[in-house]
Amino acid sequence: MSASTSTNNTAAGVQTFHGSSLELRNLTMAYGDIEVLRNVSLNVAPGTTTCIIGPSGSGKSTLLRGVNRLHEPKGGDVLLAGESALAVKPDILRSRIGMVFQHFNLFPDHTALENVALALWSVKGMSKTAARDRARRSLAEVGLAERADHRPRDLSGGQQQRVAIARALAMEPEVMLFDEATSALDPELVKGVLNLMAGLGRRGMTMLVVTHEMGFARKVADQVVFMDEGEVVESGTPVDLFDNPRSERLQRFLSEVL
Amino acid sequence: MDWLSTITRTFFDFGAMAEVLPQLIGVGLLNTLIISVSATIIGVALGMVVAVMGISSSAWLRVPARIYTDLFRGLPAILTILLIGQGFARLSQSIFGPSPYPLGIIALSLIASAYIGEIFRAGIQSVDKGQGEACRALGMSYAKSMRLVVVPQGIRRVLPALVNQFIAIVKDSSLVYFLGLLVSERELFRVGQDAAVLSGNLSPLVMAGVFYLVITVPLTHLVNYFDSRFRTGRRRPSAPSSGLKELTELDAASPLITGSNT
Repeated sequence: MSASTSTNNTAAGVQTFHGSSLELRNLTMAYGDIEVLRNVSLNVAPGTTTCIIGPSGSGKSTLLRGVNRLHEPKGGDVLLAGESALAVKPDILRSRIGMVFQHFNLFPDHTALENVALALWSVKGMSKTAARDRARRSLAEVGLAERADHRPRDLSGGQQQRVAIARALAMEPEVMLFDEATSALDPELVKGVLNLMAGLGRRGMTMLVVTHEMGFARKVADQVVFMDEGEVVESGTPVDLFDNPRSERLQRFLSEVL
Repeated sequence: MDWLSTITRTFFDFGAMAEVLPQLIGVGLLNTLIISVSATIIGVALGMVVAVMGISSSAWLRVPARIYTDLFRGLPAILTILLIGQGFARLSQSIFGPSPYPLGIIALSLIASAYIGEIFRAGIQSVDKGQGEACRALGMSYAKSMRLVVVPQGIRRVLPALVNQFIAIVKDSSLVYFLGLLVSERELFRVGQDAAVLSGNLSPLVMAGVFYLVITVPLTHLVNYFDSRFRTGRRRPSAPSSGLKELTELDAASPLITGSNT
């Protein structure tokens, strides 16, 4: 349904994505001797959105970092499109997985356009001209065509985060990871970024979203996962978790945050 | 007022100053600049290697960089210059000829690289970790993320410290005279010193000192200027703005964002 809504935006129009499946099998991660993630198993079907909720320190971010191996898992396996991510070279793996951070992590000495184009020529090996063209299209997709030549410090938080999303999308990832992407934004700008994320999901991107936005999780997620103390406490559809929470821990969590 | 005329004759003998001036400019200043600039260029290149080794996760790179830095930062410059200038004189002779001038530059470069390495290391480590992570998350290798993103940001931050280091090198370049330079190779200090022996007073050395100040004082102020500029940033002040502007823009901008399920 998403491609049909395409309008006059770019010559190519709005393309649909072909997200890959993602599966975690007994993923265990540790910082030194401390296990921060224990035996987490999770199935994300192609083109679906999974939201991970839970208190701070419950291992949500660590889980994302295990998926693209920014932090190497200690045990278990991650399957991207059915193949073990641990058997792929990390750099190759990461170029197939987009990640968006809480604090944007844009390159401050690059313009928005250069932020998006950098990995296109340096990782994907595109010519610099082609990379800039592709970057321009990517920025247009997130509504920032006009801001291509601005540096991050001249953009609002919402605009910076959309540049970061454009930067990840330009690499044509199979899976997108969002690590509290709206936690550092002005309240007024949160919705714009969440809508953008929801749009990606509708267009077929596989997404793993760590979020404190319960409204977003309820509305957009195909699957919600509740984590606490490094383990998955409960997972299921938004209706399952938000309306009929089974575990006492989740009931307690929801009574505090909703 | 006998002591006043003594002071004038000792330090401000303008005749002696005028006499040494052409040599100070044509020989002394030229050589001081050649020595300092070459030592700085080599020092920056070596310093970058030392810095990158110093932040490596491999102890095989980190420990040698640490020892190198401790060694050349910990020894008096004059001792290092003499050890290298005389210790490698024979080797130098077969490569550069009899002049100790190149060895002097190399000794200064090694000392400078230890300091510059520390400056670079501090600069690179002060860059937010998220920068490197964003690069890695995009699929860049460690080397690429350092070269394209992290190191350039680190260098920009330490430019003032690098200028300070250049000033230190200019002053240390006077020590090279210990190695015994040819007449045409003498730097500011040596030219002034030789002329002082001839004139029987210190005025030529005072003149040499003036030349050092002419190089270093403007640089010091340039550093202060840059430092405050980097600190305050270049962001232009802007009038208070409404968040609505961005929201309107957002609504108009993209098919992706509009028509959502909210």
